[in-house]
Amino acid sequence: MTYITKPRIDLPGQSTNKIGLLRRDYEGVLSTLCAGCGHDSITAAIVQAFWELSIPPEKVVKLSGIGCSSKTPAYFISGAHGFNSVHGRMPSVATGALAGNRDLVCIGVSGDGDSLSIGFGQFGHAVRRNINMLYIIENNGVYGLTKGQFSASADKGSKAKRGEINQWKNIDSVSTAISMGGSFAARSFSGDREQLVTLIKAGVMHPGCAILDVVSPCVTFNDHLGSTKSYLYTRDHYHPALETDFVAPANEITTSYAEGESTVVELHDGSKLLLKKADSGYDATNRSKVLRYLEQQRARGEVVTGLLFINAELPEMHLIYGTSKTAMKDLRFDKLNPGSLALAELQSRMR
Amino acid sequence: MPESRVNDFVLKIATVNGTGSASANSLLMKALFRMGLPITGKNLFPSNIQGLPTWYEIRANHRGYMSRSGRVDVMVAMNAQTYQRDLAEVSPGGFLIYDSTWPRERELTRDDITVLGVPLAKLCNKHFRKARVRILMKNVAYVGVLSALLGIDTRILRALLEETFASKTELVESNLQAINLGYKYATDNFTCPLPVRAEAMGDNKDYVLMDGNAAAGLGCVYAGATVGAWYPITPSTSLMDSFNFYCNMFRTDKSSGDKNYCIVQAEDELAAAGIVLGANWVGARAFTPTSGPGISLMSEFIGFAYYAEIPSVFFDVQRVGPSTGMPTRTQQCDIMLCAFASHGDTMHPLLLPANPGECFEMAVAAFDLAEHLQTPVFVLSDLDIGMNDWMIPELKWDDGYRPDRGKVLQAEDVEKLEKFYRYLDTDGDGIAARTLPGDHPKGAYFTRGSGHNRLGAYTENEDEYKEIIDRLMVKWETAKKLIPEPRLKPAKKKTSIGIIAYGSSDGAVLEALDHLRTEDIHADYLRVLGFPFNGKVSEFVEDHETVFVVEQNRDGQLRTLLILETNTDAAKLIPVLHYNGMPIPSQCVIEGVSKHLDTEAA
Repeated sequence: MTYITKPRIDLPGQSTNKIGLLRRDYEGVLSTLCAGCGHDSITAAIVQAFWELSIPPEKVVKLSGIGCSSKTPAYFISGAHGFNSVHGRMPSVATGALAGNRDLVCIGVSGDGDSLSIGFGQFGHAVRRNINMLYIIENNGVYGLTKGQFSASADKGSKAKRGEINQWKNIDSVSTAISMGGSFAARSFSGDREQLVTLIKAGVMHPGCAILDVVSPCVTFNDHLGSTKSYLYTRDHYHPALETDFVAPANEITTSYAEGESTVVELHDGSKLLLKKADSGYDATNRSKVLRYLEQQRARGEVVTGLLFINAELPEMHLIYGTSKTAMKDLRFDKLNPGSLALAELQSRMR
Repeated sequence: MPESRVNDFVLKIATVNGTGSASANSLLMKALFRMGLPITGKNLFPSNIQGLPTWYEIRANHRGYMSRSGRVDVMVAMNAQTYQRDLAEVSPGGFLIYDSTWPRERELTRDDITVLGVPLAKLCNKHFRKARVRILMKNVAYVGVLSALLGIDTRILRALLEETFASKTELVESNLQAINLGYKYATDNFTCPLPVRAEAMGDNKDYVLMDGNAAAGLGCVYAGATVGAWYPITPSTSLMDSFNFYCNMFRTDKSSGDKNYCIVQAEDELAAAGIVLGANWVGARAFTPTSGPGISLMSEFIGFAYYAEIPSVFFDVQRVGPSTGMPTRTQQCDIMLCAFASHGDTMHPLLLPANPGECFEMAVAAFDLAEHLQTPVFVLSDLDIGMNDWMIPELKWDDGYRPDRGKVLQAEDVEKLEKFYRYLDTDGDGIAARTLPGDHPKGAYFTRGSGHNRLGAYTENEDEYKEIIDRLMVKWETAKKLIPEPRLKPAKKKTSIGIIAYGSSDGAVLEALDHLRTEDIHADYLRVLGFPFNGKVSEFVEDHETVFVVEQNRDGQLRTLLILETNTDAAKLIPVLHYNGMPIPSQCVIEGVSKHLDTEAA
């Protein structure tokens, strides 16, 4: 019942962000997902991240496809325009929204069914065009709204609630995005709020398509023994390959690290990402090494998390097209219409 | 003795796809145009890159008839593969020109036409050295032959070549040499000109030659469209090519090179539709050109745009269906598909241009309608209009035009509101105000294809659902007032016979009306310009005892729409159908009407 407005409770001592908004100003209506659903934790992390980044809510557009995950844009940033599109097609709507207004901050929320089955093509082409958005895949390995069928991200050998064993190899959004030439691929876990908030912030500020796959257990259909997307399994196999710090523009990096332990990635707006290696030798900027590493960890059944790959230099869609800095929707009509004289001149060559 | 046909003939050229005949044919078209003849050119081409037969048909007619007539007065049979059928197609008393370098079999001839052999390959092989040049120049040489036989002014041909190859004088020269080879051979060997010929009759200075896709693309530029999304599909591809070409010309910042447009070649038609919705939702005018198969794929998003009320413009350049059908042949077969595209109760406004001029105007109108009504709007052109060369009155533009953006609240409007509700119709026209992302925090709303109420919130409540879906019908009534009115051409005598047609069937009906009048058959003609129909269409149907509905599909789709929307007796709507993929000839209308009247009389 997404029309139930969340009660606004004024707690003493709430702090405001740089533009004077409270965290609750980034909330939406009450969630109607099952109690304990991983998706609600992700929603809470989105609220926290956008509040911390002090982004004006009206500058945000939040889009989704169809499925449990795709209901969530109603649950955060009620001051942003939302678009709950059709199944698997969120990326194309986001592409159009950004084509029409490049000044918007775009967040798309999708699921493993929405992005890796019906919408696999659009997922791939959002990555390929490197449209400037944060693309979250709330990954639970299962179709919830239709009651528990395996999705394409379910691991081979994982057990369904009714006992069926999945026979198909899974599609991994992270390695797929990297191998397709994506500019940002990360994985997190709905149970790790701290990492999730950081990765959302990094993804929002990344000037391109930031794929963030979040393992988000389905408490109703996929949280049992034998499932590889349960809370228990994920906690047991949770493996951060690196830690990330997001450093806002004008802030100094205060901690010091020994040579070779960390990498700094600078984003175009002046913010920095500090990548601290948890696994020795992990280099999130080396595509082929990352892919090899991910494959090794996949074979071991590990859930590798962190900002696994980044290349902040890859141009996003508008840079490739060479579109004007002014948003399309803000171009004045007299700049768009050539006028009657031009039409006459043009037609003089059509005789 | 062949009858004399001055400025009233059909010239058909049979060649092989990929041999460069297009530029030769265009040269002929333009030359006849500059002699002041009303002309129309139909490119009858295969779904193939190279090697299959292709035809180009030019009709010149001093009365200005634009449809196909069904005649062929002069055939240039350059393709041995199709020689037999090309020979058979020539009207009695007509002429056939062929390349006599290789002799034709003796049995392939006719006594009732004149066959003229010109050794085109031999002439060109002797004159030009490179193999590719020889092939190309063979085509230019038949232009030379025709200029002698048909009396086409060679000074005009020279001028055209000089304009086309302005900076490449060597090309002008080689083309002229080829023309002279043909011209000289014809004057040396035949009596020139033929009784079938062209005579200068003006300068056509108020007219231009244009195809519908070029005009529609240009219309999108003039409408202020900034985002175009598409997936290539014949026969709509050249519409986006045109938008791209004119944007590059008019919308590129001279100093920075920045583009004031954004064209996205999508991964498929589904994505193209999604991009169009996303861009319109944020307030940029966006469109997609496609053809029938694309509409099938876009249908889910079309229903979304209808229910969530997102302006969007779809160009359907129709081709022969069903399924892949014949992609390079024409039909008017998507009118039902587009009128009701998508599942659930959906209905969409359609605009039905009859020629490139209307493609231009209706492209602009489509954006105004879509934004005013906040709904998908379709412009239904077809391959015949979209890809063929039409002579049309020069396009005009009113510099006072300003786009109708519909009810879009600006930040200052939103500021004054206590609260904004997306789907609240405050003035009874069935249209609620919208806001654009990025403008104001109070303007935020949630767009969804799931059940929603007038406040914009999710609902599964039966009354709230029904309220929205009923309001969309109020909007439909508003649409009826905005769709362009049908165009009436009354008969010169009072009559109980009516003809209804639309789009590219117009020319055939106009010519048929003149012909039928000579047989004392008089009919009022109503051309439908859009859907939903307004009251004038029902009135016309009511006012006539017999109404012929002329269209280019098997099922009589416009007739079905008329039955659905006008409460008429279906029996008085007589279908006149043409659906073999070739543009409808006037003969089809003449026969359809007179046969029915004969049967009735008997």
